[in-house]
Amino acid sequence: MIDFENVTKIYEAGNHALEGITMHIDDGEFVFLVGPSGSGKSTIIKLLTAELSPTSGSISVNGYQLEKIKRRKIPYMRRTLGVIFQDFRLIENKTVFENVAFAMRVVGASTKEIKKRVPYVLDLVGLENRGRRFPNELSGGEQQRVAIARALVNNPAMIIADEPTGNLDPQRSYETMLLLERINALGTTLLVVTHEKELVNRFTKRVVAIDEGRVISDGMDGYYSYEKE
Amino acid sequence: MKKSRNIRYLFTEGVHGMFRHGFMSFAAIAVTVACLVIIGTFGMILYNLGLMVKQLDEQNRILVFVDESYGTAEARSVGSSINMNPNVKQAVFVSRSEALANFEQQQGVEAFEGVDANNLRDRFVVTLVDNAKMEQTLTELSAVQGVADISSHPEIADGIVMIQKVLNVVSVAIIIVLLVVSLFIISNTIKLAMYDRRDEIAIMKMVGATDSFIRFPYVIEGFLIGLISGVLAFFIEWGLYDLIARAIGNLNGNFGLFIVVPFTEVLIVVAITFGLTGLLIGVLGSVFSIRKFLDV
Repeated sequence: MIDFENVTKIYEAGNHALEGITMHIDDGEFVFLVGPSGSGKSTIIKLLTAELSPTSGSISVNGYQLEKIKRRKIPYMRRTLGVIFQDFRLIENKTVFENVAFAMRVVGASTKEIKKRVPYVLDLVGLENRGRRFPNELSGGEQQRVAIARALVNNPAMIIADEPTGNLDPQRSYETMLLLERINALGTTLLVVTHEKELVNRFTKRVVAIDEGRVISDGMDGYYSYEKE
Repeated sequence: MKKSRNIRYLFTEGVHGMFRHGFMSFAAIAVTVACLVIIGTFGMILYNLGLMVKQLDEQNRILVFVDESYGTAEARSVGSSINMNPNVKQAVFVSRSEALANFEQQQGVEAFEGVDANNLRDRFVVTLVDNAKMEQTLTELSAVQGVADISSHPEIADGIVMIQKVLNVVSVAIIIVLLVVSLFIISNTIKLAMYDRRDEIAIMKMVGATDSFIRFPYVIEGFLIGLISGVLAFFIEWGLYDLIARAIGNLNGNFGLFIVVPFTEVLIVVAITFGLTGLLIGVLGSVFSIRKFLDV
């Protein structure tokens, strides 16, 4: 669950990235966060992952109050999230299996648990035969699916996807989104940050639109409702 | 159970990391070895110079002559008063006849033909605890009853004290400068290695790795790099030292101008110093360099 309460973020240089954002995302929801470049989307992601702290207001993520979270608690908060990036962020010298297993190692899982869980997750994202490959041997779509598998492997309460289809062609983008929809159907909350209008409109999901650091629309009417504003 | 599982994994990661980033590991080892060998060579030169000065210092003795009117037994008793001086390390009694015998042995019997031992004086060969206090000690010894005269070379003592002081200052300064320079180079080399892996560290942070979980393999890597560097530097230093010692030995010819301590005599000290310095540099270098990259 995400709860933003009147959140403002002003960077040291003085630019106002967010101006009193209030937003609530319930467990199990699938939400698109849309907006043009510089609207504040990336700042929201960084606040959610505790890379930044808000200038004012309160943020609650999966039971952690991020405006007052202690540094040593941040890793444990992050374990409740799975994060997917536009550039996949895979470790080039680890195989697909190792890239996914790595996220389990971090939380202290045993080799036995890893050997059981990783093939299951790779199967879920359709990469059951790619375990021994290295990232640079895979297509962009496949690499993104490895990143999704890594985000999913620890069974997080929520997945945050930052422009997950930004580097993919329309067909792969659609397939990736279908995969995320399937994951959401299994009970994981999904927050997808994107600016791909057609893609958003192919799914009937809640769309939160922000511009100049403010929420300008929030509803089930698709991306176009934000454009009409 | 979870902890030991993690430690095994992190240790393996550390070892793998060293090979995975082979070039940077090689660079870090090469820089550490170079710094250790330079510091070590300087240290050894200074150690040998120090020994030579010490030996010169020990040879710088003073002669305390006893009044001619004293008989041998009476003269010998003056020794107890001399020994009471706190700066006197040793006072060896040399009788007139022993002194003549020594002269004859050093210069040849012919040179002392016709010389009567009674023309000489009984004496004490005195070694001091601290040559820097020679002047004061000489005054105190001249006041001892039965002491007729003192022969000394305070200028040599002063020279030696000066050389020792200069050597100490120079050696400390050089070693500090070299240590600072090597730490700077090594920490930059490790920083470069870390920079190479900043994405990996950022990913680890993002999937919820704790700082200590991230740091541990790098510390193990630093530990191994330090250990390998220490061992390599030790053997290189050994070879280099033997080479220099042999060259100095040839230079000395029969004169024995310079003293060079055999490496085997300082082997354990050098091994421990190199090992510990290597480990310290490796581990501290890793810990300090990674700090910046953990701030994600």
